[in-house]
Amino acid sequence: MTTTAPEAAATSSELLSVVASRELAARRTVFAGIGLPTLATELARLTVAPQIEVVYESGVCGAHPSHLPETIADAVLISGAEAVLSMPALFGCVLQGGHIDVGFLGAAQIDRWGNLNTSVIGDWENPTVRLPGSGGAIEVMANSREVFVVMRRHDPRSFTETLDFCTTPGPDRAIAEGIRPLGAGVTRVITELGILARSGVGEELRLVAVQPGVTVEQVREATGWDLRVAGSVGTVPPPTGAELRLLREDVDPGRVYLR
Amino acid sequence: MERTDTADGPSKVMSMKEAVAAFVHDGATVSIEGFTHLVPTAAGHEIIRQGRKDLTVVRMTADIVVDQMIAAGCVSRLVSSFVGNSSAGSLGELRRRIERADPAPLAFEEYSHYGMVCRYLAGSQRLPFYPLRSYGGSDLPGVNSDLRKVTSPYPGPDGEQEQIYVVPPVNPDVTIIHAQRADRRGNTQIWGLTGIQAEAVYAADKAIVVVEEIVEDEVVRSDPNRTLVPSHAVDAVVVCPRGAHPSFAQGYYDRDNAFYRAWSHISRDPERLREWLAEWVYGTADHAEYVDKLGEDFWAGLAVGEALSEPVNYGRRL
Repeated sequence: MTTTAPEAAATSSELLSVVASRELAARRTVFAGIGLPTLATELARLTVAPQIEVVYESGVCGAHPSHLPETIADAVLISGAEAVLSMPALFGCVLQGGHIDVGFLGAAQIDRWGNLNTSVIGDWENPTVRLPGSGGAIEVMANSREVFVVMRRHDPRSFTETLDFCTTPGPDRAIAEGIRPLGAGVTRVITELGILARSGVGEELRLVAVQPGVTVEQVREATGWDLRVAGSVGTVPPPTGAELRLLREDVDPGRVYLR
Repeated sequence: MERTDTADGPSKVMSMKEAVAAFVHDGATVSIEGFTHLVPTAAGHEIIRQGRKDLTVVRMTADIVVDQMIAAGCVSRLVSSFVGNSSAGSLGELRRRIERADPAPLAFEEYSHYGMVCRYLAGSQRLPFYPLRSYGGSDLPGVNSDLRKVTSPYPGPDGEQEQIYVVPPVNPDVTIIHAQRADRRGNTQIWGLTGIQAEAVYAADKAIVVVEEIVEDEVVRSDPNRTLVPSHAVDAVVVCPRGAHPSFAQGYYDRDNAFYRAWSHISRDPERLREWLAEWVYGTADHAEYVDKLGEDFWAGLAVGEALSEPVNYGRRL
């Protein structure tokens, strides 16, 4: 087992995980998939949110895995877990019942209201690329108190003025159709360039912080719509040696996700 | 011996070949469930061997076994809420069919996970529809006319009229699930992730349960809470050890993550995919041959250790 010097510069995955983990301060129940959300929630448990409980889409609550899980249904999540729920209980009671504080979602495309596309690139009937679809994303968006989106790519193809297809609508689109969802929709978008935020219904995403060395203009150019900018844009504090050490030595020593 | 009827009713044990021949017909609607855990792969392979055509496959997470069934020409319609190779990549055949109708089109009905769950709930309870707080503002109702909005007959929380989306029931001709164990009559016990299997079985006209092992009645009756599907809902019990590979069976064998990753490459090339089916499905008489062909060293790599639950005391009257 090699030990990485904590001074080593943060990789993209480490940066996104650390920034996302800080946003989880004081949150209790998190609905998370595998990958960066796993790293962010596990790091948050060791730092800003010791009481955090991760609920997985497979139905596992309160997992205590012996190894870092490779999928949301990894056998190591089940052995030693506090509960394993059926799908009707998970989606009906836990999510729709309003028990999730933060849901993590990803997407191929996001727009200024935090609506998400995970279905197709191009036309739905004759797509250029068929993507996996919603999974539980529609339910996570509609029912979590708020949603964090971690995007590995920040460019105008992913941050689009108009989605090719809206798989997962934020609350503004739902309300326009006469349906009031439980949650605020996307409240944080975390990328290598910075953090976009909105507080809820009626608000579009605004740039609230840039990563060190990134300018406001760079972020606006990488965004496919006319991105609004907060009155004062902060700089995201870089990952600390302690955060990186925890991530590398305790959370993901095998570098399953820290590739 | 396993065919022997028990004092409490007839044995439903049959071979995979017999069960698929008896209950999976051309043109049928077939639900195949198991959420990453206990995916009934061996049953899918036998459907391919028997050359079933024009099936409508209903499956929340359409993954490798569905890609294989599509490639083998068994499937004309897919009803699903996630069409991807887990977190390991793409389903090559499914993408060719949907993106380019290559070599033939595939009709696709797209849902979200809870939409599918609600379809099974409505189906299992013989309800006309099931409401859920999803789909408001989504483009999905525009491409799936079965997602419909109704006005609740009761006032909403604010006292005003409330609109809500509903999904129709799904009642498959047959549902196939994989489980750890059952008795001869089909009392089926599952632990770990239990997904939507019970509802999918109750929604269907017929149900095939594939199990890692048949156990004596006493084993099931020592822990009745672990029975997810009772005998009255089951038509066939098929013994098929390691029949969920490359997915896993909690406590029996682990997931073959390397194969999930490999499938993205195999399925990307139609010729390579055809060769894979020729070697591993058409080229094996049944799943026992597939298991032998992989070899004991391979299976040793997926072996799991023990993590036993503490027994509970059901009590007995003194």
